[in-house]
Amino acid sequence: MKKVLLAVTLILLMAGGSFADTLINGAGATFPYPLYSKWAYEYAKKTGLKLNYQSIGSGGGIRQIKEKTVDFGASDAPLTAKELSEAGLFQFPMTIGGVVPVVNLKGISPGQIKLTPDLLADIFLGKINKWNDKRITELNAGAAMPDDKITVVHRSDGSGTTWIFTNYLDKVSKDWHDKAGFGTAVKWPAGVGGKGNEGVAAYVKRIKGSIGYIEYAYAVQNKLTHTKLQNRDKAFVDPSIESFGAAAASADWRNAPGFYVVLTDQPGKNSWPISGATFIIIHRQPEECGKAKIVLGFFDWAYRDGAEMAKSLDYVPIPKNVSEIMEEAWAREIKCKGQALWKR
Amino acid sequence: MNFFYLRRKFYNLLALTVSLLSAGFGIFFLFWILKDVITLGLPALNWAFFTELPVPPGAEGGGLAHAILGTIFVTVVATVIGVPSGILAGTYLSEYGRKSGTASVVRFLSDILVSAPSIVIGLFVYAILVKPLGGFSAIAGAVALSIIMLPVIVRTAEEVLKLVPDSTREAALALGAPHWKVTVHVVYRGAIRGITTGVLLAVARVSGETAPLLFTSFNNSFWNFNVAEPTATLTVTIFNYALGPYEDWHTKAWGAALIITATVLLVTIFARLLVTRRSPR
Amino acid sequence: MALLERHKADKIGDAVFRGVSYFFAISVVVLMLFIFAVLFKESLPAIKKFGLKFLVSSSWDPVRLEFGALPSVYGTIVSSIIAIVIAVPISLGIAIFLTEMAPKGFKGPIGTAIELLASIPSIIYGMWGLFVFAPFLSDHVEPWIIEYLGFIPIFNGAPLGIGMLPAGFILAIMIIPFISSVSRDVFQMVPPMLKESGYGVGATKWEVIRKVVIPYTRSGIIGAVILGLGRALGETMAVTFVIGNSHEISHALLDPATSISATLANEFTEAVDPLYLSSLVALGLILFVITFIVLVLAKFLIGGFSYKGGNL
Repeated sequence: MKKVLLAVTLILLMAGGSFADTLINGAGATFPYPLYSKWAYEYAKKTGLKLNYQSIGSGGGIRQIKEKTVDFGASDAPLTAKELSEAGLFQFPMTIGGVVPVVNLKGISPGQIKLTPDLLADIFLGKINKWNDKRITELNAGAAMPDDKITVVHRSDGSGTTWIFTNYLDKVSKDWHDKAGFGTAVKWPAGVGGKGNEGVAAYVKRIKGSIGYIEYAYAVQNKLTHTKLQNRDKAFVDPSIESFGAAAASADWRNAPGFYVVLTDQPGKNSWPISGATFIIIHRQPEECGKAKIVLGFFDWAYRDGAEMAKSLDYVPIPKNVSEIMEEAWAREIKCKGQALWKR
Repeated sequence: MNFFYLRRKFYNLLALTVSLLSAGFGIFFLFWILKDVITLGLPALNWAFFTELPVPPGAEGGGLAHAILGTIFVTVVATVIGVPSGILAGTYLSEYGRKSGTASVVRFLSDILVSAPSIVIGLFVYAILVKPLGGFSAIAGAVALSIIMLPVIVRTAEEVLKLVPDSTREAALALGAPHWKVTVHVVYRGAIRGITTGVLLAVARVSGETAPLLFTSFNNSFWNFNVAEPTATLTVTIFNYALGPYEDWHTKAWGAALIITATVLLVTIFARLLVTRRSPR
Repeated sequence: MALLERHKADKIGDAVFRGVSYFFAISVVVLMLFIFAVLFKESLPAIKKFGLKFLVSSSWDPVRLEFGALPSVYGTIVSSIIAIVIAVPISLGIAIFLTEMAPKGFKGPIGTAIELLASIPSIIYGMWGLFVFAPFLSDHVEPWIIEYLGFIPIFNGAPLGIGMLPAGFILAIMIIPFISSVSRDVFQMVPPMLKESGYGVGATKWEVIRKVVIPYTRSGIIGAVILGLGRALGETMAVTFVIGNSHEISHALLDPATSISATLANEFTEAVDPLYLSSLVALGLILFVITFIVLVLAKFLIGGFSYKGGNL
């Protein structure tokens, strides 16, 4: 018995002390999770530095970095300049993606159905509740719309996907703005809730006549039927790496306070209207400078060497001119004991 | 007369059939679950599953070695915290407090704490450890599990210590041994098997807990040997992987489910064998 | 002299040992009070903001920061009631089968198997519910329910395979081993004399069960049921996977709902605003209080029946 106790104490002592090598913890958005963990895996192989990224959702990423339980947070929903300065935080974009409406309709192939912003909002408001509603059939004369009830599927958890999607609806529909607003979680006027992108995908797959919204990479993974959407220039577009890139092209990062850039409803003939950047959030004056430096080193590497990996996983990399703006800002704004932490 | 007799016979048959059917129904579902855990879990198990770290999503291969180790790690730390405190509290109930008011209150609250919702324990530990210490950690998970373990150990320790006859205590006391020595050398020795059983059952129970670990020990994609860092566990991994988008994750979640179920069942069976060997009932 | 000194050392040893064991015994009480206090303190902002309205409001609006516990509380209670309604008859059936009907060689192994099933982690039930049982329900069972029983409002809805009824059902499967092994234990405490006298006056097996065994063990059974209810109320994993996570209160049991524990598991790491967070902790406090009351009730009912069936 004594020996066992001794052994256990020894193990605990060793565990607490000498074996501790540096581990960087990050948490947040689900959408870039596959990409960040791919990067972290390759980075650990190359440098031996470990970055543990856990996808708990954008809301979680924001809160955990505020409570300092993690070394960096990640969010699809940007914080405003005011929110950032109040909490002493700093954010920068890492990759760009899009949110896609997906449907489950018999005999309808991906991209066959066209929707306008108004229609999309009214469907999610529960105002249009049949697929053969006149407003839908008029727009989609070629497609045989079934006489099915529309079941709206939304997220049950707080989510950056929801933020981007509802931000778009809020911009294009006054009714939506009055009734629901936008946020990582909203009070849904209609529908059922699934946890995570996967929960929504599973419901859409299972429920006949359903419509949900989902991150592009998950729609591709699950082979779901997306719709075309009318953008600000009145063109109907399909979601793709290119159309997300087109939406991001006109963003003015340099002059956006706190890099608060929202890519929904952007101009451009090829722009996918529900696009968004996903952000990393760190403290402006980190307490653990060594760890903060590793975090920046990792994302610097990801900007430079991670772009190809991003494309292979269906993500849009941040263009070089934008990443340079970001690294300038790191050097200017991230301070450790009054000294700049990042030197270019 | 005959009619009443027949009617009674009929009711008898009906009632017994109904209870037989309902028993069959219940047992059918339970074995259906076990069957699925085995058939869906087995294909996931291979050498890599037990020895390798997970690869990034989408890539093939990799394993859950870090989560297996993490579950053992968190459970062992929880045991180190929970078992001695539980046994000592149980000792108080059986050796000192006995029928006192304090003892009854402790007993009563232990019985309630045994069934307290484990997710609330997770909230509690998040508030007292994770937030103030500034990070998710294996130790926070272990503390949450030890809180769940504590009342179980308290009550079993008391029950098995009480089984040691008072005449044994009195014999030892009469030889001039002080009370505490009697407790440690005589009573504990007499109850060691029962205590071991209680500990094993408690360990089995907490090693399958998920809810209290979600906000405490969190998760980690790498090995972790540090109590101050987050750590992966099999149960939280199941939760994340089962809700994830990849087929490969679902397979691995079933594999993890099989491992945790098999472990819990084996420990429970072992614990029960210990008791039956002591006193064939 | 030496003897006296030893005596003194022994006395100190005794006092220390007693003190230490007392400390740990009291720690259970302190822990309980501490949990209450911490939960209460963390939920204060929500309590101050919403007051008692928190309990009756069914709005759960993270954008406008209006929170009400009703949908979660409703889901917790209704799913647990469904579980109890399904589990109790089946568990009693199993207990009757094990004590009164099964052939001698069967009793031991089946009884043990059921007790073992009570130790399976709840996440296994939840995961099985999501991957195996929900598709089965939505393909084979629910369309049938909707077609033939849909005229009853509670059986209306879409065949999602996920919702209040499936959650209640999974909970039922989870607590069946628990309730049945406790009821078996109390059934076994009926003195054989009583049963023999029943058979002696010519009663059938069912009459002995109904008129002798069940009345004799009534409070024990009720206690077992309430303990099962306590487990169902506080269960997280078996529910979260299959309840559907919708903050709408629907009369239809096939519709998605939510429970306190599911809301916590889904939203706790997500919530950003302090008021949102505090409302979630307040939900946890409500759950803690509900289970506390239920368990106290169970304890008083079991009272006389000193239950020694294990540490479930």
